[in-house]
Amino acid sequence: MKARIKITLKNGVLDPQGKAIEGAVKGLGISGVGDVRQGKYIEVDLKETDPAKAKAIVEQMCKDLLANTVIENYAYEIG
Amino acid sequence: MLRASVIVFPGSNCDRDVKTAIERITGFAPKMVWHGDAAVPVSDMIVLPGGFSYGDYLRCGAMAAHSPIMKDVVARAKAGTPVIGICNGFQVLCESGLLPGALMRNASLHFICRDVFLKVEDDQSFFTKCYRKGEVIKVPIAHGEGNFFADEATLDRLEGDGRVAFRYCNEHGDVSPETCPNGAQRNIAGITNDTGRVLGMMPHPERLYESALGGTDGRRIFESALLSVLEAA
Repeated sequence: MKARIKITLKNGVLDPQGKAIEGAVKGLGISGVGDVRQGKYIEVDLKETDPAKAKAIVEQMCKDLLANTVIENYAYEIG
Repeated sequence: MLRASVIVFPGSNCDRDVKTAIERITGFAPKMVWHGDAAVPVSDMIVLPGGFSYGDYLRCGAMAAHSPIMKDVVARAKAGTPVIGICNGFQVLCESGLLPGALMRNASLHFICRDVFLKVEDDQSFFTKCYRKGEVIKVPIAHGEGNFFADEATLDRLEGDGRVAFRYCNEHGDVSPETCPNGAQRNIAGITNDTGRVLGMMPHPERLYESALGGTDGRRIFESALLSVLEAA
């Protein structure tokens, strides 16, 4: 199984990198672009085949290491 | 006598600077402790130095916070051993949960390396008692991720409990968004834990401790530690 994990900054947390990307996109002359927020995408191969156990493993790694829950949210798909 | 231990992570680059500063200022050479060790020697204080531990992978300080030695550092800190985290060390303290909040990318996105002015907000704790509340000191910063963030309730609690140790200001002591180099909330440059014995700060006191370096305002961090240890003896 593979876990596909997305880590994003929480709403209200300033994202200067997202702002810089937004400025660069608009600088290309691309119109119709609003707010840009950036984050991280992580793929993890899992040896576990039981979906419930896999979920528990992914939860733990997100909470304990991959995301800093002071400033970040995480979401994942396992399959 | 001051028994200090400096934790060395792969990618630390201020470990020998802070060792030299502590030795020159207090007269006692710290022990250097490798991150892969299981235990810190008996210490009066532990230093988490500046640098780029683990190449700043994932988030600054995130990997170091889970290195083998940190289990013991966290246990010692919780048992009352004073810990100072400078720059990357402050990031490690936040990532390990010993201090609240997080250090984010500077609002300007630039790495900033220059002297800044700090307003002393706390002159009572282990590492700050040789300063005077309200005085303005000059200490350098050198970081890309020093933008302190915490939710409003946490910030209010830190302020209410007198746990903001230093704030960015100008030479006159004015604290405002204009005098904040990195976007840190409420101009926070350093905070302590609830006992005052764990201090995290982005500026580098070990870089300005004798006049040949251009200033001496960083000295009193280490003089405070020595005084605190002598007072307790």
